[in-house]
Amino acid sequence: MGSNMITHFDLIAILPEIFLLGLIAIVMIVDVFRKKQINGNTISWITFLGLLIIILVTLLFLSPGNTTRYAWGGMMRVDAASFTFQLIVMIGAAITTLFSMYHQEVNDKGEYFAMLLLSVIGMSMMAASSNIILLYLAIETTAIPLYVLVGFLTNNNFSIESGLKYFLFGAFTSAVLLYGFSLLYGFTGSTHFTEILAAIEAGKISTGLLVFILLLTIVGFGAKISGFPFHFWAPDAYQGAPTPITGYLSTASKAIGFVVIMRFMVSIFSPEPQSWTLLLALMATASMFVGNLLALAQKDIKRMFAYSSIAHAGYILIGVASGTALGFKASMYYLLAYLFTNLAVFGVIHIVEKSKKSSEIESFHGLMQRSPGIALVFLIAVLSLAGIPPFGGFVSKVLVFMAAMDAGLIWLLIIGIVNSIIALYYYLTVLRITFADSEESKSQSIYLGWKLALSVCVIGIILMGVIFTPWLNWLEVASTNLMLLH
Amino acid sequence: MDFPILSVTIFIPLIAGLIILLFGRQKPGWIRPIALAASSLVLALTLIIWASYSIEKAGYQFTEYLPWLPQLGISYHLGVDGIGVAMLVMTGLVVFSGVMVSWNIDNRSNEFFSYLMFLATSVLGVFSSLDLFLLFFFLELAVFPKYLMIVIWGYPKTRNYGGMKLTLYLFIGSVLALIGALAIYQASPEKTFDLLLLENTAFSVEMQRIWFPFVFLGFAILGGIFPFHSWAPDGHVAAPTAISMLLAGVEMKVGVFAALRVGIMLLPEGARHWATWIMVLATINVVYGAFIAMIQKDFKYVIGFSSVSHMGLVLIGFASLNYNGLLGAGLQMFSHGVMTALFFSIVGMVYDRTHTRDIASLGGLYKVMPWAMVGFIVGGLVSMGMPGLSGFIAEIPIYMGVWQVAPVVAIISVISIVVTAAYILLVVRKVFFGELPKEFEGKVKDITAKDKIVIGLLSLFMIAIGLVPSLMVPLIETGVNHILAILGGA
Repeated sequence: MGSNMITHFDLIAILPEIFLLGLIAIVMIVDVFRKKQINGNTISWITFLGLLIIILVTLLFLSPGNTTRYAWGGMMRVDAASFTFQLIVMIGAAITTLFSMYHQEVNDKGEYFAMLLLSVIGMSMMAASSNIILLYLAIETTAIPLYVLVGFLTNNNFSIESGLKYFLFGAFTSAVLLYGFSLLYGFTGSTHFTEILAAIEAGKISTGLLVFILLLTIVGFGAKISGFPFHFWAPDAYQGAPTPITGYLSTASKAIGFVVIMRFMVSIFSPEPQSWTLLLALMATASMFVGNLLALAQKDIKRMFAYSSIAHAGYILIGVASGTALGFKASMYYLLAYLFTNLAVFGVIHIVEKSKKSSEIESFHGLMQRSPGIALVFLIAVLSLAGIPPFGGFVSKVLVFMAAMDAGLIWLLIIGIVNSIIALYYYLTVLRITFADSEESKSQSIYLGWKLALSVCVIGIILMGVIFTPWLNWLEVASTNLMLLH
Repeated sequence: MDFPILSVTIFIPLIAGLIILLFGRQKPGWIRPIALAASSLVLALTLIIWASYSIEKAGYQFTEYLPWLPQLGISYHLGVDGIGVAMLVMTGLVVFSGVMVSWNIDNRSNEFFSYLMFLATSVLGVFSSLDLFLLFFFLELAVFPKYLMIVIWGYPKTRNYGGMKLTLYLFIGSVLALIGALAIYQASPEKTFDLLLLENTAFSVEMQRIWFPFVFLGFAILGGIFPFHSWAPDGHVAAPTAISMLLAGVEMKVGVFAALRVGIMLLPEGARHWATWIMVLATINVVYGAFIAMIQKDFKYVIGFSSVSHMGLVLIGFASLNYNGLLGAGLQMFSHGVMTALFFSIVGMVYDRTHTRDIASLGGLYKVMPWAMVGFIVGGLVSMGMPGLSGFIAEIPIYMGVWQVAPVVAIISVISIVVTAAYILLVVRKVFFGELPKEFEGKVKDITAKDKIVIGLLSLFMIAIGLVPSLMVPLIETGVNHILAILGGA
């Protein structure tokens, strides 16, 4: 560390971010110099292809393998976990880009895609941060574009309102988080995770204060994953945002929140494992119950799946709260499966919403007979959310439950199971409506970009539900590297 | 490597179902032939399995093993013992019959037949699994076909309620069992889901006593154990005919089969500890189910509650934990599966033609559909335990077995035979004999040739096994001996 020289490795470490920045520049330049069209998708295709190239480059050349290295003087940690989550975010953004096509209010706007890419840069840095200042900057770099994106539909008051709510809530929780960070710095004299941990282990912070800091940081992170009681923004933001962004918020943004929680908890609070696991276990319990019980009462499908997404944050927290490598691995598996699953769900909602001009659950009535292809994708995705084989959600649920059993958290396991029963009720209700008999036979129009995105999601869901060894082997590396402290 | 006959049997319906689902809209004429071909193939393969299962060798045969997720002890491990073979044959029969009786379903037939095929894959898979994870994998696969089939093609007045109730109860049962299964996994020294390894693991007595109720009760809910039986009549009545046949005939056996395989065989000490309680609940099933069946006014509810009663006998057989009881339970699983499928198919045939299931407004149907009457009487006699039919050779050992451990239970549950005879004869008299109501005259037609094949085929098996018990008894016996070895060795 110590040296002021920028090394070759430092540049490699932020290569995806550099490329993303380049892509943003390209998008903005093209946006200025091209002819405006009402239904043009030029910018979306450029963004998608750019992301695809960056994903491939990252995947092929930038894999850290089973090594853990620091870059930028200890600011960033390059390991399998950061690599995995960078990929998750970029894949999520690429699929979101595809769904954004043919959306008249966004598909022709360079700033929409620039904001999306900017949030990817922020998330990518969040995944790798090992320094509280960089972490905070990354969180804000992510959050500000997302506020804009949620409120992007400027001729829709509801979208603007939800963007504002998201902004106020996000700003408030960030401030609390920052207060926690400042206490950490004040008592330990360092901003690097490793040095903070060393200071804590040396007894520079009393246990009581450490627990207080833990509470403050959990407020900040809890809002990112929409865990109870920091979930209030989620239903409004999810409902008001352009639907592709809803999908992005509920998957990529959530996944990054989780990797930050995992990394932060093991790096900073490892001397106090009981407190943070207990807190997260309680948060898991409350998120599952609140999410599932409120989802039962919803009439709007976006709102229903917003509550379902809060509940899923709870299931994923079960794995994190077990505090073991198995638990982290299970949560990562869940997040990966959830990426494809929930993107597919919101993708289908987006498609139906476009043709029906409504996101009421009733707009799904008889979808199977109108557009069997879309309805089957929806079936697969919802069953995966419900944890039914042969889809990714089943394996993910079994894995987090195994982790809970392994960590002795049998009560949490039972709560998780009770919740999956409650959740099955509303998932089945939605499916019943989707598959109900209907006279209407006007089929949805499904464009190439949407087809591509839905196919990727379905393949992801099924692959993760049937063949799990390769992904789990990889996540094994990611979770064990994440847990290495030095 | 030998021909993977179990995998082929399991995946033929899945592939057929996918083909029907994806291409059935364009080629509606192919739907039924594909479904029929797939189900006939499954039936033929299960019969081949039956014929080539070596009783001398006993144990698990036709095993297939592929590592699936070795680091967590999950494998694709298939194999069947004698009881499993019997269940496969029964499934083959019921699936084939289900396709035949559903021939005239016109509304969204591509979806109907493909979901039916998915359901078949699920149950065939459960009966063949030798890995706990795989077993759950196949078991949960059934959630959406059964729900969607009930709510789309079911009885309009109750399908939403019945379908949801059935699906949620079955899901509750299976996740309850999943908790127990994870506990078993966690307690196993090798950290494995492999049933063969787990069978040979002696778990601590305390652990077995704690977790046995989760596993056994969870799966027994699928088998309709009291007081969690109410999904069965409601769900079966709401379901379309083929699904009632599969749910009551096969899916309830899936529950008790898994309760035996995972509950009793992995946790024998737990089984001994809780046997009295199972016995008590199962006796209530038997007697209460029979009485409730007697007072039903709806034809289909009679059969629904009779299933609850008969499944109680299977559980009593399990709980006696001795040779006779287990042998009888195994035979009853087969016999009841075939019998109840026959009953539901006939109820469906009658309802399709008369559009009523109210017993009081039916009558005299022997004139128009004699085959249905004969079939119903054969099923009825099986259900009463008449000698010469499969019900007799199944029920007698159960009563003998339970007599050895709890004569009181035997005495109480024997009442059910009388009650069963009463309600079956009552239904036969009111529905098939007497005067044909005027509004049916000329309008109610005889059943089709396909329906007759179903009735003939299912009756044939019940009569054949009743007359020549050696067809089935030695097969079940191999499975029972293995269970007794486990029970004795623990």
